[in-house]
Amino acid sequence: MSEALLEVTDLRKSYGDKVVLRDIDLRVRTHDVICLIGSSGSGKSTLLRCLNLLEQIDDGVIEFEGREISDPRIDPRAVRSRVGMVFQAYNLFPHLTVLDNCTLAPRRVHGVTKGEAEQRARDLLARFGLADQADKHPDRMSGGQQQRAALVRALCTQPTLLLLDEITAALDPELVGEVLTIVRELAEQGTTMILATHEMAFARDVATAVCFLDEGRILEQGPPAEIFSRPREERTRRFLSRVLPPA
Amino acid sequence: MSSAPDTWRPSPRELERREIRRTLRRRSILVSTVATVLVLGGLLIGTVSSPGWASVKATFFSWDDAKAAFPSIWHAFWTYNVKLFLIGEVLILILALAVAVLRQSRSPVLLPLRIIAVIYTDLFRGIPTILLVFMLAFGMPALNLQGVTNSLFFWGLVALVLSYGAYVAEVIRAGIESVHPSQIASADALGLSRVQAMRYVVVPQGIRRVIPPLLNDFVSLQKDTALVGAAGVFDALFAARDYANYQFNFTPYVVVAGYFVVLTIPLARFTDHLQHRAMERERQGAR
Amino acid sequence: MLVALGCAPQESSTATDTSTDQTPAECAHGKTLTDGTLTIATDSPAYDPWFRDNDPSNGKGYESAVAYAVAKQLGFDATAVTWVKESFNKSYAPGDKDFDFDINQISITPARAKVVTFSDGYYTAAQALIALKDSKVASATSVADLKDDKLGAQTGTTSLTAIREDIQPSTEPLVFDDTNVAKQALLNHQVDAIVADLPTAFYITAAQIKSATVVGQFQQQSGSPEQFGMLFQKNNALVDCVNQALTNLKSDGTLDAIEKKWLSQTVNVPVLQ
Repeated sequence: MSEALLEVTDLRKSYGDKVVLRDIDLRVRTHDVICLIGSSGSGKSTLLRCLNLLEQIDDGVIEFEGREISDPRIDPRAVRSRVGMVFQAYNLFPHLTVLDNCTLAPRRVHGVTKGEAEQRARDLLARFGLADQADKHPDRMSGGQQQRAALVRALCTQPTLLLLDEITAALDPELVGEVLTIVRELAEQGTTMILATHEMAFARDVATAVCFLDEGRILEQGPPAEIFSRPREERTRRFLSRVLPPA
Repeated sequence: MSSAPDTWRPSPRELERREIRRTLRRRSILVSTVATVLVLGGLLIGTVSSPGWASVKATFFSWDDAKAAFPSIWHAFWTYNVKLFLIGEVLILILALAVAVLRQSRSPVLLPLRIIAVIYTDLFRGIPTILLVFMLAFGMPALNLQGVTNSLFFWGLVALVLSYGAYVAEVIRAGIESVHPSQIASADALGLSRVQAMRYVVVPQGIRRVIPPLLNDFVSLQKDTALVGAAGVFDALFAARDYANYQFNFTPYVVVAGYFVVLTIPLARFTDHLQHRAMERERQGAR
Repeated sequence: MLVALGCAPQESSTATDTSTDQTPAECAHGKTLTDGTLTIATDSPAYDPWFRDNDPSNGKGYESAVAYAVAKQLGFDATAVTWVKESFNKSYAPGDKDFDFDINQISITPARAKVVTFSDGYYTAAQALIALKDSKVASATSVADLKDDKLGAQTGTTSLTAIREDIQPSTEPLVFDDTNVAKQALLNHQVDAIVADLPTAFYITAAQIKSATVVGQFQQQSGSPEQFGMLFQKNNALVDCVNQALTNLKSDGTLDAIEKKWLSQTVNVPVLQ
């Protein structure tokens, strides 16, 4: 078994009295594609935000690339420059062009020169069908184009790990497909990803492991074939019967 | 739907409806015109036929006095009022931006400055601007500090900048705080530092959002430059008052009012236009 | 004869010698705002030496004394006089006035006389220059010496006109709302010298800014010397009675006596040519 890229042990997170995550154990190896599924409020987004140090955990340990990143002395910026994240909406900066959106972090955080950053950005945009959007402002693009651009922006910083928080949930149904195509491509290329998603068919196809979250706990996790066809827990079965299209 | 050229012509019923709409529109224009004429005409007649009108006309609208006072008012306007608001506005924006950003910072090192910023905005929004002009223009020179100028113009400018800086700082702060928190989350997720996030993401958006209120404050500043007269700076209003006091005629005040109106109307219209465009873009971008 | 005013108002009878048909008192009957009361206005603060202690009703100060003397002529003793505050800006505004007359060191000019009615002059005003004792202006002997100086005067006064027309300095003069502001500017070195009427100048240098001195006074360059007059609403009927009263006060020496009492220092001041 290869060494884990990311290892989460006993993670706990609460907001005031409300416990949102408890007893979370997760192991992510390089090239893994982990899909987090579960109802709204089950803690998927919160978990992702904890991994990115956008939230402070209340207990447990997070280790990334062999070091504990949940140590208060760690500079979150150093972590975030190696972990990319894309949110559900409001990703892009509306006052900048797509190109500027993509080159901002590489130039200001990673010290990449302007020319190099722009070249990298244009290459990625072209690869994902957005070459002619590079000089446009986000408000001129469709939702699907915006989310694709947000993915490109995250990739421009060349992260080791990519976190995707229900990035198709706010899109019109006909735009979901174009975004998922990119994610699939990235998975095929070996990008390590953890994604929270409602798209069950996609998860079944692309994931290396699926985690079902229920009321803040990982109730079940395993390969997609196992979770989707032979779930062990009753609650998992009930959830899947609600969200999966009838066979 | 066919892809053949569109051969639609309006039906008779549609033509009828258009005719009816035209008639209704004409009628409403007629009514509004009559109403406007009646109201404005009534006001005008009421004013002109009031018992004191002759003396008011001679006192406030005397052409000879307007001509006589015009040169000194013109000179004062360009020498003082215009300089004050052009220089003042730049300084105000710089100060206000600094204060607003300072209040958003969380760095422990900057805490004393942050406290000062809060006290500053509260204090200087509370003190009437004219009082500030008076206190600074006379108080500061009276302290007889080494190397400190006692120019009335300078201290009048400082008073305006401090007073307006507080208001504009709050406007900018509101703009900064109105930026969606996801934007900051996105910036954080990309690894930008707080300062970088402020500089490249939050402040550019925040300022764009509050351009209409900022322009409003600018229009207000243009008029408040007249307050430096309290300190003895011989601006347009003071020039008018001086003439009025000497000749016992108020027409110069009307002249000065005219100046200010001519100055501020283009800016007010421009503000409206910008606001309109911003709203359009907002509605368009809402997907 | 008239008792010299200067202390608390006293009851006394008026013996007027008049060469006209009516006495001023008879003339004034029924012409005041309020029957039985004479309403006089002045600005606030009421400056020395025209008034004393910012209280016009104490009869002290040149204008206060003159006002009470005129009132007596008109048949109003001290208890029948009411004082009101009226800012200078408002005193000449159109519309009904809420005073019978305003006494406030107001100079009579033809332009002003079109808008309000003035009484005859009761004091001839000379302009004087005040500077700090140790400044270079203090040694000026002629108008030409002042050309390069920063001067100041109160707005709308003949002092300001004197600067603009008679001195014509190379830099714009500083204009003040009132004498207090002017004094502060002198102390702050924001002006080299200020121009004010002579009695005010003396009061400033004697009592308020001890470090200042009256450098000299100005001769009127053009026209006749400016006089202070009382301000009435246009075409007010009372003004004739007041003029009668003033004539009486001038001919029987009362006005001179009042001037000697309150403005006695205004002699021996060098004239700046």
